[in-house]
Amino acid sequence: MHAILRAIDAFLERPLSAASRGVVLLGMAALIGGGLLPLWRIQLVAPQYEEGLTLVMYSHAIAAGHGGQDLNEINTLNHYIGMKPIVQSDFAEMTWMPFAIGIFALLALRAAAVGRIRHLVDLGVLFLYFGLFSLATFAYRLWSYGHHLDPHAPMRIAPFTPILIGQQQIANFVQSSLPMAGTACMGAFLMTVVAAIWLSRPEVS
Amino acid sequence: MSPRTRLLSAGALLTATLLTPACRPPGSRAAAASATSPAASTYVAPGAKDQFYLFYSGGHSGQVYVAGLPSMRHIATIPVFARYPATGYGYDEESRKMLGEFTWGDMHHPGLSQTDGRYDGRWLFVNDNANNRVARIDLRDFKTRQILGPIPNSSGTHGSSFVTENTEYVLVATRFSIPLPKGRYADPQRYEAEFSGMVSGLAVDPKSGTLSVGWQILTPPFNWDLGSTGKGPSSGWAFWTSYNSEMAGTGLEANATRLDRDYAAIVNWRAAEQAIKDGKGTLTGGVPMIDPAKVPGVMYFLPVPKSPHGIDTDPSGRWIVASGKLQPVASVFDFEKIRQAIDRHEFTGNVRGVPVLNYEALLEGDVPVGLGPLHTQYDGKGNAYTSLFVESAVAKWRLPPWSPEDRKDLNKVVLDKIPVHYNIGHLVIGGSDTREPYGQYLVAMNKLSKGRHVSVGPSQPESSELIDITGSKMGLLAEAFTEPEPHFAQILKADRITPIEVYPKGENHDADAVWSADQTGITRTGNKVVVKMMAIRSKFVPDVIEAHAGDEITIHLTNVEQTTDMIHGLGIVEHDMNVVVDPGETKTVRFKANKTGVYPFYCTNFCSALHQEMQGYLAVKP
Repeated sequence: MHAILRAIDAFLERPLSAASRGVVLLGMAALIGGGLLPLWRIQLVAPQYEEGLTLVMYSHAIAAGHGGQDLNEINTLNHYIGMKPIVQSDFAEMTWMPFAIGIFALLALRAAAVGRIRHLVDLGVLFLYFGLFSLATFAYRLWSYGHHLDPHAPMRIAPFTPILIGQQQIANFVQSSLPMAGTACMGAFLMTVVAAIWLSRPEVS
Repeated sequence: MSPRTRLLSAGALLTATLLTPACRPPGSRAAAASATSPAASTYVAPGAKDQFYLFYSGGHSGQVYVAGLPSMRHIATIPVFARYPATGYGYDEESRKMLGEFTWGDMHHPGLSQTDGRYDGRWLFVNDNANNRVARIDLRDFKTRQILGPIPNSSGTHGSSFVTENTEYVLVATRFSIPLPKGRYADPQRYEAEFSGMVSGLAVDPKSGTLSVGWQILTPPFNWDLGSTGKGPSSGWAFWTSYNSEMAGTGLEANATRLDRDYAAIVNWRAAEQAIKDGKGTLTGGVPMIDPAKVPGVMYFLPVPKSPHGIDTDPSGRWIVASGKLQPVASVFDFEKIRQAIDRHEFTGNVRGVPVLNYEALLEGDVPVGLGPLHTQYDGKGNAYTSLFVESAVAKWRLPPWSPEDRKDLNKVVLDKIPVHYNIGHLVIGGSDTREPYGQYLVAMNKLSKGRHVSVGPSQPESSELIDITGSKMGLLAEAFTEPEPHFAQILKADRITPIEVYPKGENHDADAVWSADQTGITRTGNKVVVKMMAIRSKFVPDVIEAHAGDEITIHLTNVEQTTDMIHGLGIVEHDMNVVVDPGETKTVRFKANKTGVYPFYCTNFCSALHQEMQGYLAVKP
């Protein structure tokens, strides 16, 4: 038992191989990409909106189709069912996510420069937590928008949860929601951390 | 695998995930492919004629537009509530007097005159929601012959023009409520206590068609919306939907949508007529008015789905369909049951003395037609067609009687659905409001045309679509871009009417008409100059009018032609005057000659090879 713990301890203290460091640097680039590229896209299509109304979520902002007009249009339509207007300032994560991404990028840089396995394990675990937490808050926000409807709205509809991944019919709209390149980058970053640990395992060194 | 190849493959994976495929958004439909057959079925060859007239209201343009079906071609504009220089409407004394102080109107629902529950092709009645008027167009010459109003004690004639089976009345209900008598101030915050709505029966003279207010029924300040008249078992009755049974004075978007039901009015117009004959009305604003709380039997309220729009009687007169625009159903009521409940006094209570019928007991069924149902039309073969605003579609469904199987799941009676482009308001089937619908074409009047036509900038036309309803499935045939904004329309078989094309000389009883040069002339009395002028290819006689500045000039202009399409106009330069006379017609214009100088006048409506030469002078001395 003691021997196993010592072996793990030794493993965690192992310096990273050159390949691992390269992979981590590549991952850092992907992470920065994830901070800049769109993370998620929500689209609403109806007969009178064949071209679709589009919302694109970034780590730092909400962008909308037709030069931003789609957000106004979605909010105008949603007022009929008493949904709260979607405004960027309500998304607190859009202030802390870029900061967190910066921290993770610095941690990745440290691992690449003076890294040991334990740096990567810390980085991977923390980043996994960050990713799951962000997804959960996003899912909660979708639920919250569909479940806090003004009872005095002109149209009363049953509370609903906009779909997170996939598509569904809501009244006359087909709502679809899918992750985009930024999320793929985030996932790729996590994969590079795992890959870097793998590349520095004892057999390889 | 070496670390290097691993790196490369990781890079490739990353690149692949970064490329998001460009594709049609999920849920969007491919544009309908145009087939040859719809084009052929709507093609009316040059020189050939359409089978039907489509009379569609021009909304806030104030005019009626006439198109042909199936070609959807715009053929003519009938000016009603606004000036129209193209036909000289609103410049001569008669039409100026009809227009009165108003320069526009908001036309909503045209209604054709009927005899025995069928179109008789005599008149078309149209309403002006903005200035509380109803006008009559004579289909003998397609001209506006009367504008009645502003109707006393009323504001907003949205709930018209619904014509009774034998054109006894054009029925009108008010969209807006106001403090009565008209002109009285009351705080809109005291809406429920101070404001009133009104239902009016405009009597139609059976010979001349002249409209006059026959009677009125006072109502609570609900916003009366749309209606229809009865026939068969519902003969002598009329129906209107209302919104705002909450009686909110302000913030209607939220405050008038609180309750799950609003009231429809079930009005026994024959009983109202009788009550007036029996002296049960009180003269208010010059019109006999009935208070339904004091005169039982004229009005009942029926709860209908929330914020309804259309209420349409089927051709048999038995089924009454009301659509709740905020509930995805068309509610069907059996008038025979309504009649029984009224006869047996089966009421759940009353609102301001008006008995309220039992919704649950009288509802035949809620047909799940789709989202945002507005109006229903009928093909006379047992099918109903409901416009779906939110869903942007037309649903076809089957009227009762329904089997027990159908009743278990009324989705089964919904037979077909066709998308329209976009956000349909009204729809029309020829003769739907008569005993014998034509059942061939349906015209969908859509509120939005975005992206369906070459761009014309931000002011967009509406789109109207022609749908074939002869098969089991509806088929989209053609699309036209209609003037803003068709609220409703009527379709009339072209062979039902034979309009005149010239005014016969023998029927011109204008005392100031002249038919030959020797009858023309200029007479002066004080500072009044009266000109009797004739127009004939290619001259005006006389062609010089001498006047002094400050004179009042009256010109009686007669077009002495008796040839089809030989129309003349008289435009006076810098005098804001253009009168147009059809063959055999006499019109009178009156104006002040305020400016000295010589002002040419000329024929504005191209008439002949020497049309350019058809001119004269108004010579004004100091």
